[in-house]
Amino acid sequence: MELRPDPDELLKHVESEETQRGKLKIFLGYVAGVGKTYAMLEAAHQRKEQGWDVVVGYIETHKRAETEELLAGHEVLPRKQAEYHNVTLTELDVDAVIRRRPQLVLVDEFAHTNAPGSRHPKRFQDVEEILDAGIDVYTTLNIQHLESLNDIVAQVTGVIVRETIPDRVIDEASEIEVIDLPPDELLVRLQEGKVYIPEQASRALQKFFRKGNLTALREMSLRRAAERVDDQMRSYMQTRAISGPWAAGERLLVCISPNPLAEKLVRTTRRLADELNAEWVAVYVEIASKPENNPANRERIGRTLQLAEELGAKSLTLAGRSIHEVVLDYARRNNITKVVIGKPLKPRWQEIIKGSVVDQLIYASGDIDVYVISAQTGLGKPIIPSDWQPHRPIGRYLSSIGLVALSTLLGIVVRGNLEPANLVMLYLASVVISAIYLGRGPSLLAAIAGVLAFDFFLVPPYLTLAVSDTQYLITFSMLLVVSLVISSLTAQGREQAEAAIRREAQTSALYNLGRDLTSATDLADVSQIIIANIGHAFGREVAIFLPENGHIRPFASSPGYQPGENELAVAAWAFEHDQPAGRGTDTLPAASLRCQPLKTANGLVGVLGIRPKELGSFLTPEQRQTLAAFSNQAALAIERASLAEQAQQAELLQATEKLQTALLNSISHDLRTPLVAITGALSALDDNNDTLDDTSRRALIENAHNESERLNRLVGNLLNMTRIESGAIKLHLELEDIQDLVGTALEQLGPRLANRNIQVNIPADFPLAPMDFTLMTQVLVNVLDNAVKYSPADSAIEVSAELREETVHIHVADRGVGIPPDDLSRVFDKFYRVQRPESVSGTGLGLSISKGIVEAHRGTIHARARENGGTVITIELPLS
Amino acid sequence: MADSNQRILVVDDEPPIRRYLRAALSAQGFTIYEAASGQEALNAVIADRPDIIILDLGLPDIDGIEVTRQLREWSQIPIIILSVREAEQDKIAALDAGADDYLTKPFGTGELMARMRVALRRLTSKPDEPILQVGGLHMDISRRIVSVDGDQITLTPTEYEILRLLMQNAGKVITHHHLLRQVWGTAYESEMHILRVNISNLRRKIEPDPARPTYIHTEPGVGYRLKG
Repeated sequence: MELRPDPDELLKHVESEETQRGKLKIFLGYVAGVGKTYAMLEAAHQRKEQGWDVVVGYIETHKRAETEELLAGHEVLPRKQAEYHNVTLTELDVDAVIRRRPQLVLVDEFAHTNAPGSRHPKRFQDVEEILDAGIDVYTTLNIQHLESLNDIVAQVTGVIVRETIPDRVIDEASEIEVIDLPPDELLVRLQEGKVYIPEQASRALQKFFRKGNLTALREMSLRRAAERVDDQMRSYMQTRAISGPWAAGERLLVCISPNPLAEKLVRTTRRLADELNAEWVAVYVEIASKPENNPANRERIGRTLQLAEELGAKSLTLAGRSIHEVVLDYARRNNITKVVIGKPLKPRWQEIIKGSVVDQLIYASGDIDVYVISAQTGLGKPIIPSDWQPHRPIGRYLSSIGLVALSTLLGIVVRGNLEPANLVMLYLASVVISAIYLGRGPSLLAAIAGVLAFDFFLVPPYLTLAVSDTQYLITFSMLLVVSLVISSLTAQGREQAEAAIRREAQTSALYNLGRDLTSATDLADVSQIIIANIGHAFGREVAIFLPENGHIRPFASSPGYQPGENELAVAAWAFEHDQPAGRGTDTLPAASLRCQPLKTANGLVGVLGIRPKELGSFLTPEQRQTLAAFSNQAALAIERASLAEQAQQAELLQATEKLQTALLNSISHDLRTPLVAITGALSALDDNNDTLDDTSRRALIENAHNESERLNRLVGNLLNMTRIESGAIKLHLELEDIQDLVGTALEQLGPRLANRNIQVNIPADFPLAPMDFTLMTQVLVNVLDNAVKYSPADSAIEVSAELREETVHIHVADRGVGIPPDDLSRVFDKFYRVQRPESVSGTGLGLSISKGIVEAHRGTIHARARENGGTVITIELPLS
Repeated sequence: MADSNQRILVVDDEPPIRRYLRAALSAQGFTIYEAASGQEALNAVIADRPDIIILDLGLPDIDGIEVTRQLREWSQIPIIILSVREAEQDKIAALDAGADDYLTKPFGTGELMARMRVALRRLTSKPDEPILQVGGLHMDISRRIVSVDGDQITLTPTEYEILRLLMQNAGKVITHHHLLRQVWGTAYESEMHILRVNISNLRRKIEPDPARPTYIHTEPGVGYRLKG
């Protein structure tokens, strides 16, 4: 075997040592009063003397003089106030710490439970956030708060510690310093009153501080620290490819059940895994034919799996026909070497009838070791699974009795004509019907009732259970056996079908999502589809949050649901920390929304939030897995859509660049052409002053004059365009006379109209309309100029105005070449010029400027083809 | 036109424009003085005693509007503004400060000459002239009779007042505010729509084609000008 460093191990090493995450140092004691806080403060002073920026985040001195003295030299951050049941509680202010950005922060009592409503339920989670922010943390911890030791502590001391922290937290600590004090000395300190004991708990704690307890706890803490040293040693050897004495690749699997003892099983497995330095998984097997429907049981399973995860396991739910097959199949495929299972609690007779999972497992395990862990009884009864038909079971039983009665009635009618052996079939039919439609219990009842009714009504002597012919005893027993078998088989088939239908529903929901998503084109569509599908599949309200300039923003949500500030905060946390947050998680569990980061191989794309429609419903582990599958699909779809949008933007940018090039070309052409004419005319006049005759001279001057006017118009248009585009245009709205407007525009066009026939048709009593007169004059000048340019010199141009529904319509109609239908809307685009006729000059700015001005008036301008040829441009302006 | 050798002060900081104006106006027989800044202009008015000033607004030291205002404190000398500023507020500000007229650059020499003629005539015209004549328009102030091309027309008192103001200042732009103030009084200064309606009615009575007026011209955003 090659002795190469294990890449995973190296990676872990890199992650824990090299990244920007802050370092955690835990001052570990075995009980209150050994001097953890004191030791921590001393260490902090040393750091400070070395020039570190140290602040106190949260320290409880319990008024101990020596501790307070040490605290005096430190900067103490203010605590956060939390109101709870009219009591003001003070908590560590995480945000204040992160804002302050010290190099090192001191936080006492690592296992502390925060006031309800805090961001995290536990202080260690606060600390993790601080560490994530790159700040080192010193903290204190008593050994009994460690999750995996929790039950042992309870056994040894008789005190159940409720404030626990997951073991991984201390595994992840960079450094652990054990603060040790021999129990005798501690007891002396206790008697001197140097150990702080809360008054209300003093008696219980007095009991706790017995020498035996203290010794046991001390041993635990020292052993734990030793294990850690051992771990570090192994880690060191693995990263440097030093072969060692550890067993290679042990993997453990623990089977979970709804039984409350499962938690103990999980803790035990964790200890076992630690000792073996093995990876471990916790598995719950759902039997397809017997799904766990009791909500309390489901929740307990979920909790146990979560506990396992906290203790460092991978947890999952598997489904199949029988526990041992599923477990062993998974174990073989994943190189599991040891399977841990609880000792069965069922009575022996049940095991004989139904078979024992443990026996089956051991029988089929092959080379996999099976550990059967004993269970202490009396810690709490498992919740007996109620019948699988929770609603109105009595009705079902009554129906099955009814079926039997019906068979009996039918039997009484025909009993003279048929052999009793054939009458039996009637009862079999009712058993089958009961099994199919009413379930297992009612069909069993139908089987028994059927036998009795058959005997009572249809077997002579009638109306008595007595039997004249003993042959019937065989008929009875066969009827019973056959009925039972049929009922069992049919019911089982039915249950399997139902389980299959449920899974099928989930699979098809997932399939539907996938199918719908393929048809979506943009991000808005994609989000709507995700929201609709997830909302439908889980019966929940859904919100999607997407990052915008690095900040998470609500992007879309279910109809009628709008995430508020709090939900946004949860989503932001989930996004920043790349972890689920909110309802049903460890972070901000009081929130109404459960936020799931949407992640793809390329990173985070957003956050999915789901919220139950009524409070109090949680997701089952199975649903959580389905949700994860949905999230993955959603994340991929969102990523795809945003990439598509980015591509589109790039395209748009390209189009803009193209437009800019066109603009530059257009401007340079249009600016130079008049200059060429002017310069040419002037130089001709200058050079050939004597030889030019009067007519040529006049022509040159006139041409130069016209071209300079054109140049002036172009500059004016460019200036106007710039004003409109930069939004610098300000309207001076006054009530104006449309007649005056048209007259002024015609006057400004002046010689360019060149004796054209212009017909103005405006009713004398036409109302005044609010507008910016100067700008609207510009609009009309541009429109009329176009009409003149694009129509034959001998054709008329008609200008008319009419009032329609509080809107002024001004029409400018010509008999020109007309605009191709495709170009009707595009003529208002910047620099767009209809490609004919060739002789007409212009920049393609006039109409787009007009459009800008009219739209600033909240009006519209559009072009349409005129009947019998030509174009009508209509300007619509609102009267109010 | 340049009778009696009239003197013109050209104030512009751009030498090419001064050069052009000197060439164009000397040819008409005017005597040209030049100034390149506002202060120079104020000095030149005292030193050179011009008959009319052609003033740029964008001067390097004092703004043209301020120059106009300072001159108006002691002099009634005609001032014609030449500027690239085309916003109506600038035009109104200049006219309110006391300028006689306003031309936007670029402009034609003919247009400038016409404006100058009007401004110079103001100095020589007698304010109490009882008969006013502009083109086919005839107004007898003493008898309050107006006729167009010999046909007597009936005007409301307001229309008459507007027309009188315009005819007395024929060729010169009269701002909306000035008209409103003079005809209706200061309280009506912003009641622009009354003016619009009256102008519209007036045009219908005096213009041959109200859609393309020949007498009352609109200066967009600024006011009206009666052209002969």
